[in-house]
Amino acid sequence: MSTTGGRRPGGEHEVRGLVFRDDGEAETEPEPEPRPPSPARAGRRISRQKLTLLPALLIAVLLATWLWFRQAELDPVSENALSDGRVSKALWQHVELTVISTFFVLIIAIPLGVLLTRAAFRKATPVAMALANTGQATPAIGLLALLVIWLGIGRRAALIGIIVYAVLPVLSNTIAGLKANDPTLLEAARGIGMSPLGVLTRVELPLAVPLILAGVRTALVLNVGTATLATFGGGGGLGVLITTGITNQRMPVLVLGSILTVALALLVDWLASLAELLLRPRGLEVGT
Amino acid sequence: MAETTSTTPSARSSGATGATIELENLTKRYHGNPQPAVDNVTMEIAAGETVVFVGPSGCGKSTTLKMINRLIEPTSGRIRIGGEDVTDIDPVGLRRKVGYAIQSSGLFPHMTVAQNIGIVPKMTGWPKSRIRARVEEMLDLVGLDPGEFHGRYPRQLSGGQQQRVGVARALAADPPVLLMDEPFGAVDPITRDHLQDELIRLQRELHKTIVFVTHDFDEAIKLGDRIAVLREQSHIAQFDTPEAILTNPADDFVSGFVGAGAALKRLNLTRVGDVEITDYPTATVDDPLQDIFQRLRAGGTNEILLLDKRGRPYKWLRRGDLMRAKGSLARAGTLVHDTVTRDATLRDALEAVLTDNAGRVAVTGRRGAYEGVVDMETLINSVHEMLEADRLDALEHQHDLEESRAGQTRPGQGGGGSGERGAPA
Ligand SMILES: Nc1ncnc2c1ncn2[C@@H]1O[C@H](COP(=O)(O)OP(=O)(O)OP(=O)(O)O)[C@@H](O)[C@H]1O
Ligand SMILES: [Mg+2]
Repeated sequence: MSTTGGRRPGGEHEVRGLVFRDDGEAETEPEPEPRPPSPARAGRRISRQKLTLLPALLIAVLLATWLWFRQAELDPVSENALSDGRVSKALWQHVELTVISTFFVLIIAIPLGVLLTRAAFRKATPVAMALANTGQATPAIGLLALLVIWLGIGRRAALIGIIVYAVLPVLSNTIAGLKANDPTLLEAARGIGMSPLGVLTRVELPLAVPLILAGVRTALVLNVGTATLATFGGGGGLGVLITTGITNQRMPVLVLGSILTVALALLVDWLASLAELLLRPRGLEVGT
Repeated sequence: MAETTSTTPSARSSGATGATIELENLTKRYHGNPQPAVDNVTMEIAAGETVVFVGPSGCGKSTTLKMINRLIEPTSGRIRIGGEDVTDIDPVGLRRKVGYAIQSSGLFPHMTVAQNIGIVPKMTGWPKSRIRARVEEMLDLVGLDPGEFHGRYPRQLSGGQQQRVGVARALAADPPVLLMDEPFGAVDPITRDHLQDELIRLQRELHKTIVFVTHDFDEAIKLGDRIAVLREQSHIAQFDTPEAILTNPADDFVSGFVGAGAALKRLNLTRVGDVEITDYPTATVDDPLQDIFQRLRAGGTNEILLLDKRGRPYKWLRRGDLMRAKGSLARAGTLVHDTVTRDATLRDALEAVLTDNAGRVAVTGRRGAYEGVVDMETLINSVHEMLEADRLDALEHQHDLEESRAGQTRPGQGGGGSGERGAPA
């Protein structure tokens, strides 16, 4: 609006848009507007490649395994271990264990993380983190044994073991994500009249989503792994195949259990990365 | 400044205009520090007034400002806005009625420009259609094209544009009071200049009560109806109009802050709209060449201002120019480099006159349309008059001071002293 208000590119006759919009931008952006979304799109394209590669690989591996088992001559012990839909039952149990445990991990760790970053409870953060660390530092199998002694054999003990084991990554990432938020931004949020709950749900959590999701992804993969131990507590899952394979020294059974576990872990990781991509708030993309 | 410019409150007449702010013995003691960060500040700010806090870093400007919307709870003292004591009311409700804009804008990176601006109206429960209309209106108000910027994320904006959105957000729910903490501190000087001009224009339309924090004295002069120069612990060294502070700094601390070149700074205090804007012969690019020739010959001057299709100054055209360019308007004459608006300071105008060799500068109105010209002679005359008036004022003031000194001991130099004198009615 001042002296430079009417300045325009030399010789140019018609200036695009309204003049009173031009000033201010005229100096800050002498060149035509860069198209902002393009770098983001490029970033997406790269991850899209990554996203299609993995499922293709998984399908190939699973197909190869299936073809091999179709032509393989299995002895009665192996036959017995793999027949009557035992494989699909084990797989299904495993998925259930993973999903249920992850669900509980989320509803425990995220609210806890939120609570521990509130001013009133900040002092409790070291204690809670120490506890969560102990949970993860304890060997999973030992933890499971203790839980079985305490709760008896069954799925409940197995689930609790898995949950205790996976709380830490989600909790620490939630806390890290919430703490990483710029305090001046949060002050601005309060300054324009957001209630504490509003600041949390509209600003803090959305901005922490990328880190929280990274923690959830770690927890998911971790859970697929620890769920193989559920069999020792009578919780079923793909661990059944693996232990049967080992105790009866039947390689095919062991290999199938392992391949399915690895494939499931990779699939879950892939799904989680998909979720990360879709749930990350727009506007936060790097390179935008 | 608020008194001198009595513009009609434009199309946006629905807006709530300013409310008074009264701070009474406001004190803030931070935990574990026996020295208060803000010590016993008492201040009255009139409705519709722009008050600027200046002072050295760490003197408590931000703390004082944030106590007004209770982002920082005062240790003691009262705050009244529009006569209502807000010291103990629900702070969330209070803050929704007080606009707040900060340095580097404080925009939410995960929300679009429209969502950022619409957030306060949304929280106060406005219907969607009204929010949408309001967002458009606000973008337009701060000079951003709604269609283009509406759906962008803050990352996709330049610093200056972000700052504009920040101001739009602060104004969205139409609060009577606007608090701004170094809002233009993080942008380059040219953009800052533009933003300041925009704020002046906005304020002329909206008449909010604005409390503005800066450590840039030039910014304070430009924006403030009154300036509060603060020293440590927010003690008020002087609270007065820019003119009074420039010509009559209360003490060495204030003079130190005013800095050198007070006479030149004085140029910042008068606006182009306050001096004589004269007519000038013009023609538009659509006029037939014959007419333009005629006008060049007929007019007393041998130069005319050529306007483009939208009536914006385009070229200075001398009598010989058309001849030399063989009758081609596209080649003839010299381009207009610089124009000023009525809100520009005399300093801006002087600069424009000096850089453009036309000896005058074109004055433009809304959308850059031509309104008149200001020439060198007018500028020099007004500066002379202005400085003369200041000198007389200063003499008078000194006289008063000596008299009162002779009469008794010097009146308390803190807070109130010279402050109340400059208060607009
Ligand atoms: N949360 C806090 N805890 C303790 N002391 C604080 C806190 N915030 C500010 N202070 C102190 O209060 C004083 C005033 O701070 P304030 O932020 O109001 O200064 P300012 O005038 O805005 O400075 P600047 O120009 O650098 O922004 C400073 O000495 C600062 O150290
Ligand atoms: Mg500050």
